[in-house]
Amino acid sequence: MEKQFRESIGTALDDAKLSAALGKFSVDYKVNRAKIYEDTDFEALRTEIAASKSFAAAHMEELAAQFTKNAEARGAKVFRANSPEAVREYILKVAKDNGVKTIVKSKSMATEEVHLNPYLEKEGIEVAETDLGEWIIQLAGQRPSHMVMPAIHLTREDVADIFSKEVEERLTSDIPRLVKLARERLRPKFMRAEMGISGGNIAVAETGTVVLITNEGNARLTTTLPKVHVAVVGLEKLVAKFADIAPILKALPRSATAQLLTSYVTMISGPTPTDDGAMKDLHIVLMDNQRTAMAHDPMFKEALQCIRCASCLNVCPIFRLVGGHVFGKVYTGAIGTILTAWYEGLKQSEEIQGLCIMCGACKDVCPGKIDIPNLIMEVRRRVVQSEGVPLLQKSIYQVVNNRKLFHGMLRAASVAGKPFSKDGFIRHLPLFLSDLTEGRSLPAIAPKPLRDTIKKIEQPKGLQEKVVFYAGCLIDFAYPEMGEALVKIFNKAGIEVLFPEGQTCCGAPARYSGAYEVAAQNGRDNIEALLAVEADYVISACPTCTVALNEEFISTFKSLKQYQHVARAEELAAKVMDFSTLVKKLVDEGRLSLKEGQELGKVTYHDSCHLKRTLRVDRQPRELLQKAGYEISEMFECDVCCGMGGSYSVKLPEMSAPILQRKLKNIKDTGAPVVAMDCPGCVMQIRGGMDKDGAAVQVRHTAELIAEQLKD
Amino acid sequence: MYELFKVRAERAGAEVHRFTTKAEAESYVVGLLQQEQISEEAGHLAVWAQSPFLDASFKERVSGLAGMRFTVSREDADNAWIGISQVDGALAEIGTLVQDATAIDKRLVSMLPEIHLAILDTTTIVADMPTWIAQTDVQKLGGYMSMITGPSRTADIERVLTIGVHGPRRLIICCVDNMGGEA
Repeated sequence: MEKQFRESIGTALDDAKLSAALGKFSVDYKVNRAKIYEDTDFEALRTEIAASKSFAAAHMEELAAQFTKNAEARGAKVFRANSPEAVREYILKVAKDNGVKTIVKSKSMATEEVHLNPYLEKEGIEVAETDLGEWIIQLAGQRPSHMVMPAIHLTREDVADIFSKEVEERLTSDIPRLVKLARERLRPKFMRAEMGISGGNIAVAETGTVVLITNEGNARLTTTLPKVHVAVVGLEKLVAKFADIAPILKALPRSATAQLLTSYVTMISGPTPTDDGAMKDLHIVLMDNQRTAMAHDPMFKEALQCIRCASCLNVCPIFRLVGGHVFGKVYTGAIGTILTAWYEGLKQSEEIQGLCIMCGACKDVCPGKIDIPNLIMEVRRRVVQSEGVPLLQKSIYQVVNNRKLFHGMLRAASVAGKPFSKDGFIRHLPLFLSDLTEGRSLPAIAPKPLRDTIKKIEQPKGLQEKVVFYAGCLIDFAYPEMGEALVKIFNKAGIEVLFPEGQTCCGAPARYSGAYEVAAQNGRDNIEALLAVEADYVISACPTCTVALNEEFISTFKSLKQYQHVARAEELAAKVMDFSTLVKKLVDEGRLSLKEGQELGKVTYHDSCHLKRTLRVDRQPRELLQKAGYEISEMFECDVCCGMGGSYSVKLPEMSAPILQRKLKNIKDTGAPVVAMDCPGCVMQIRGGMDKDGAAVQVRHTAELIAEQLKD
Repeated sequence: MYELFKVRAERAGAEVHRFTTKAEAESYVVGLLQQEQISEEAGHLAVWAQSPFLDASFKERVSGLAGMRFTVSREDADNAWIGISQVDGALAEIGTLVQDATAIDKRLVSMLPEIHLAILDTTTIVADMPTWIAQTDVQKLGGYMSMITGPSRTADIERVLTIGVHGPRRLIICCVDNMGGEA
């Protein structure tokens, strides 16, 4: 990571105004979004949008041709621009042909993408952004930090300063007055502008219609008053049928600003009269700039389903810490990472893609049903493929791919870590490693890993039913007691637990760093080890490992075109189950009994990202804990990431730390003396945080808590 | 249908009134013009887009008032306090007005003044967007279709909702049950 980028993260994290604004927004947004979607079947709605948009992506050329034909039949001039230069040159030519001196613009990310304003200004044309947020940004000489709310990073005082310079008069920070000033200043520009430039939210092939969505009414003025109108529309805005606009118009305002509909929706089909009696000169620029290339990419065609609502920014735990000036380029946040990789080139996304912690919050709310984290992973993989893995990481992965060497080193670390460890924690590390223990303690490597201690457990003889236990590195080497608890539970239910010694790292750290070859090797080794023994289930008490075993081995092989391994990976996936789901099933079937009538007091439950959003499990562990006699006291943001993110907390400790602090606060605010979770990674992060914090909250894996409450 | 429309439109910040007859609605409009002190003074004009509601007899009635403009220039609209236009329908579910605003006067009067008074035939309210689309011949769609939901708004400064940025600060919807007949 470049030093400059690292510094920009630090600056953003230290910006109290920024974090206050974004923090409050992220909380409000979730509440407002939930409310506005109350009576809507969101899954059905986004399935409909994904269907029409993926159809459009698959038929982009046909629809572009149909749109052009229909818009031209109505009298519009349609220009197909393949590059940013072509867009700029065309618009300049139209401006020159019409003697344009002043241009008013309504908000358009497409024109941001091609950096239109400076180009036109250099030619001596006055260009005024008229969306309030965009105007503020323009006057401040910045770029938008958010697709929908371009000036969200600025306070009213900042805006008062910016406007004061513009009007050369000291203004107060009274918002209605600032808004009124914008109206008064921009109105004359609307009245005299010879050209209006807009974007387009939807382009309908069937009718040649451009649909514009605004709240302020500036797009209406932009498209009505000047005698020339240029609409710049990305090819991904095309839909086939006019009826396709209904679900988009339903989801976009709800997801973007939690409104049923924006104040204004404008549908322009061909030129209409202007107030001097002539017809409008209407130009529609259909912009490609990599859209057709995306449409031909088997993975990234999915990104064309984006309707630009920015909800992926609004729910992102990273975006709310640093904002769009760090996390993004022209397009910001999660989807911005993907769009930047295509529109500006893979290299441009090299650093920002590393900011994604892969918590999956964005995937859940995307109205285009885009698997955003998966696409960011693919960006990461391609970055690594073209730029290579950093040397340090490469040497680590070479070790990880050699199980005996890797495990040997972990055993050695148990001894080497001793000087730093106390009560099972490493609280400080020397020098350059000290960032790793900033805000949290690390667990000491266990003196004996689970793979040794499990052999000493005397499991009941003659059990017919067996499960294979996949421990994963953390349980194996840091928290063997979690594995021992799991064995105790299954034995109680009359099931023998098998531990194939050949099991090794699940490959998630490598995969999440884009090192797919390493992850694939881990996958092959584990498949061989885990399928070598007969069992009904392969069980894991780490959701990240569970997801690796039942989804990611398959997708890694597919990404690398190693199709010959997919069948075996699918065979394994069919057997994989997470701890809580299987144990809940055993309890429901009456095969496992917990002590009755226990009153164990309050516990709060932290939902781990992979368990909640990939495996879709959140009810089972809560019900188990309640059955055992705990009273669940829900924390605020129970399913927001704890900041661990595997190696993320090692690569970006400065980002991980504030996320952890927020989680600790939410846990402590419940007053529960125990917090439970199903992921040893989250335990490592949160237990380490609680230790540094000094709070008397026990951090436990659900398996440990349940094992204590088995009926004798 | 009307009740839902009213609730949703008001939630979006519009003011909604309902009248049984056109005559009652006309009286309301005249009253509003007087209440808002429409005059020839700069910024106080009332601009009218042509519409069935503004028929010959009603036009004659309001012509007697000061500050009326029945042919609309951009300067007059910019100088107006109130703009009056008739819309073509509404979507109850989201409190939205639908207007074929291909005629430039309809756009000028609904965009530039401080108040937009929209006349709506109550019987043209439909359930929702898909219903409207289903009953629209999209090949004959007007060149400039407008959907209007509440007044002009922004939240671009600190996400504080502020009304009336570039468009009207007030949207008044005057619903008329019986547009044609006299009661």
